[in-house]
Amino acid sequence: MIQASTLAPRVDGIFWMLTGLSVAIMLLVGLLILIFSFRYRRGSKAKRGPVPEKLSGEIEIGWTVATLFVFVFVFWFAAALDTEQFEIPKDAMEIHVVAKQWMWKLEHPNGAREINALHVPVGVPVKLVMTSQDVIHSFFVPAFRTKQDVLPGRYVQAWFQASKVGTYHLFCTEYCGTDHSRMIGGIIVQSPADYARWSSGQPQGDSLADQGAGLFVAMGCTGCHGGSAVVRAPSLAGLYGRAVPVGDGRFVTADEGYLRDSILLPQKDIVAGYAPVMPSYQGVASEDDVVKLVAYLKSGKVK
Amino acid sequence: MSDTALNAPWATADRQRVATQFGMWAFLATETLFFGAIFLFYAVARWSHPAGFLAGAREADAWFGSANTIVLLTSSLTMAIAERGVRAGLVALARAMYALTIALGLCFLTIKGFEYAKDISEHLIPGRRFPLAETGASAFWAFYWTVTVVHAIHLTIGLGIVARMLLIPRDRLAARWTTAEGTALYWHLVDVVWVFLYPLLYLAGR
Amino acid sequence: MGDAPEAGLLGREPGERNYLTAGTTVRSWLLTTDHKRIALLYAAGITFFFFLGGAAATLMRAELVTPAGDLLTADEYNRTFTLHGVIMVWFFLVPSIPTTLGNFLLPLMIGANEVAYPKLNLFSWYLWLAGGLLTLFALLAGGVDTGWTFYTPFSTLYSNSHVLLAAAGVFVAGFSSIATGINFIATLHLLRARGMTWMRLPLFAWAMYATSLVMVLATPVLAMALLLLFAERAFGLPIFDPRAGGDPVLFQHLFWFYSHPAVYIMILPAMGVVSEVIACEARRRVFGYEFMVYAMLMIAIIGFMVWGHHMFISGQSPFASLVFSALSFVIAVPSAIKVFNWTGTLYRGQIRFSTPMLYALGFVGLFTLGGLTGLFLASLPLDVHLTDTYFVTAHFHYIMVGGSVSAFFAGLHFWWPKITGRLYSETLGRFAAVSMFFGFNFTFFPQFVLGYLGMPRRYHEYPPEFQAWHVMSSTGAVVLAFAYLWPLCYLGWSLVKGERASDNPHDATGLEWQTRSPPPTDNFAEPPIVTGPPYRYHEEGYAPHAPAAADEPQRP
Repeated sequence: MIQASTLAPRVDGIFWMLTGLSVAIMLLVGLLILIFSFRYRRGSKAKRGPVPEKLSGEIEIGWTVATLFVFVFVFWFAAALDTEQFEIPKDAMEIHVVAKQWMWKLEHPNGAREINALHVPVGVPVKLVMTSQDVIHSFFVPAFRTKQDVLPGRYVQAWFQASKVGTYHLFCTEYCGTDHSRMIGGIIVQSPADYARWSSGQPQGDSLADQGAGLFVAMGCTGCHGGSAVVRAPSLAGLYGRAVPVGDGRFVTADEGYLRDSILLPQKDIVAGYAPVMPSYQGVASEDDVVKLVAYLKSGKVK
Repeated sequence: MSDTALNAPWATADRQRVATQFGMWAFLATETLFFGAIFLFYAVARWSHPAGFLAGAREADAWFGSANTIVLLTSSLTMAIAERGVRAGLVALARAMYALTIALGLCFLTIKGFEYAKDISEHLIPGRRFPLAETGASAFWAFYWTVTVVHAIHLTIGLGIVARMLLIPRDRLAARWTTAEGTALYWHLVDVVWVFLYPLLYLAGR
Repeated sequence: MGDAPEAGLLGREPGERNYLTAGTTVRSWLLTTDHKRIALLYAAGITFFFFLGGAAATLMRAELVTPAGDLLTADEYNRTFTLHGVIMVWFFLVPSIPTTLGNFLLPLMIGANEVAYPKLNLFSWYLWLAGGLLTLFALLAGGVDTGWTFYTPFSTLYSNSHVLLAAAGVFVAGFSSIATGINFIATLHLLRARGMTWMRLPLFAWAMYATSLVMVLATPVLAMALLLLFAERAFGLPIFDPRAGGDPVLFQHLFWFYSHPAVYIMILPAMGVVSEVIACEARRRVFGYEFMVYAMLMIAIIGFMVWGHHMFISGQSPFASLVFSALSFVIAVPSAIKVFNWTGTLYRGQIRFSTPMLYALGFVGLFTLGGLTGLFLASLPLDVHLTDTYFVTAHFHYIMVGGSVSAFFAGLHFWWPKITGRLYSETLGRFAAVSMFFGFNFTFFPQFVLGYLGMPRRYHEYPPEFQAWHVMSSTGAVVLAFAYLWPLCYLGWSLVKGERASDNPHDATGLEWQTRSPPPTDNFAEPPIVTGPPYRYHEEGYAPHAPAAADEPQRP
């Protein structure tokens, strides 16, 4: 099967190793059953009689230990690859994904938007920041061996680096209702030149962060968080990535998830020293709006 | 104990007693996991939104809760006396205590009813008219309603089981002491669950 | 143990009446507390649900022959696979072996004349029936479209189908499961015959013990999970709703805390059946009896600690995933030991290839393949690719259908003479067993390939490049459907016209064979006394259950 990401050949390595192991064990068990079935069929002249107690105990312990050893080895082998994938490359291109029944909405950092399709350049790590507007979906690209559930009310992240130009399936793999099987799309992997051409051909809207800046004013955020506000609210300049002290002595890192929660569930973690006066923007700001606002807050353009 | 009433397949009172207790304890183990699952919900909700959750908990009326705790613990006492009464052959005492246990159980449900009425009048049902804005407050009340209703259903079943003890003819009651033991075990379970619920529901916000 | 049957039953003349003829009115069946009759009551219900679930599967396989959704609409398809899952899991697989063969055989195998709580046993049948009817009603009223997993928030906030009714049905059936579990555990602890020590129990009895432990300790968590789902959907209490700060993944944790152990509820009894059949038909003591016992207990215990491997891509902590992955590999060890021991049992045997033996050998093969593919899914990066695809579908069908259902048929044929008192045609039976093995592989092996190629589960339509494999799978399903329907014919015939069976047609050593076929209502004319370990097949001249009063019975 096609391997279109840097991860794919390594996953397939484990797959074929396990397939080899399985074939070997199937052959061992299958052949033993067949041989015993033939040799010890009822009435055959093969030698019978009890197996010595000591021998059978040793055989028992032997194959228990051998199995355990093999399984622990496979676990270690597989887990090692998994832990390497924990770390998302810092320079990754960031794509925001909003899933809903039954479509994928994808937004590029420069503001280009796509539905059920995603253009990415080959050889560049791509980080997906995903959320769902309704139920749980799952972002699955078989050719990349990448899959991640997309949860409502939370940002989840995944990443991949495409290694081969082409168009690949994007599936929803978490059952999500009537048109689950139509919630599919394509990932279009292009050479950097093609991608640049495609990107410049998109209707040039404002970047996500600029759109967020507009919303920041339009939704009245500046009324409290602006420089000359009357209400006492924390300044948001340079907030992203910082550790924020919250009421009960804890510190919370201001990542995408925290920014998102602070807009939709503002009572959750209030910055120490401030009154819980901010209203929730649940139902006011859509998931798309929140994506833009968060992009703005991350951009360093906040004053 | 030749006068013990035996059920199939038990041949002796001893074995039947062991069987009743064994079954009841096994059932209690399942109840632990049953309530364990909803306590997990409590823990997760409280951990994710501590401030809002406790703000919700502050609205719970500890007077009702405390009164009910006293009523229910007293009923455990009367139940324990009733069970000993059956074993000692004190039929009149046992029957009186069973009646008292039922009365206390009904008293618990009545107090709970008044508490529910007060909660409803304050719109403390998660939904559009729910007065608390903090995230997590509604989760507390979701826990409150689910767990108290489940507990009340357990208690109602308990009332039925105790009433059944009263339906046994006087002269046969002493022979049914293994049943009395099972009944008492169940009733105490309902109490123990409440002992866990009381602090979680009424003392958390204080 | 002072558990001798009441004196009145002991003196009765054996011979004329058995449990089937003890009463012939409908009332005598519906109010029976005889564990053997209750087993048959369950069997009737389970057969109905099996073919209902099977019909749904057939409809799905027909739909999937073409990539376009031309036979069913998307909603109809979703309701069909939900029906298939809900019915097959809770109304067939979970109760199948324990409530039928288990109910029938457990007291017989340990030399008891009843289960510990006969009335509770009947009550659990009624609970199960009520649960089944509720679920059936949900299906007739328009169906459910959540999948058998009821994932929130889809099930609580978005689905427009009869989720509440179906969840209520499963909830009620869950209590039936708990009651059966408690009954079996108490029976095994309190009612073993004189001399029947724990290490003399047949492996089927041990399997029932391990299964019951899981039923009793896991099912309550499912009950509460469904209750919370009910509270959110029916009354709008915010529990899993992310908009109110709830956590939809909490439901998955609660659900899989039950549903992974539930997999062992489905497979452990099958392991018990297969151990009995292989030992008897190979005329050999089960190789490594003690290891088999400990392996089953290990499976039951570790089974509670691996639920998180269903959630590697759910956004749970990656460290939790590592731990769950490691434990999932650990639990594969006792399963592997069992496969080796079954194979070892054949060594130096006197193997007879009867119908039950063919089913049992088929089980070993299919279970091994199912178990090995489980290793793929326990490996973290590989699971990310394979989960929620047809690979998972194929994997659990190898265990549940290839494994459990094959074993169920093995047991059904093996104990058929004991249950009904009649023999069936061996030729027709062998044909069914072989066609089931091939039909099964034909249906489900292509699904491994589909899954690896990236075909997601629960898809009503699919890209055309997957069609060839789907057609293969659907063709195999025709063979499989035949293999399931065929036994209905010859077993039905056997009921009416079958040759009378002797008390011990397989010449087996289990206590259940030491009474008449079919057994009398009180099981044994005299309470048996056990003097040795089970499966004493290969020692010449050994009389398995000769009374020997000198042997000191052991109290549990």
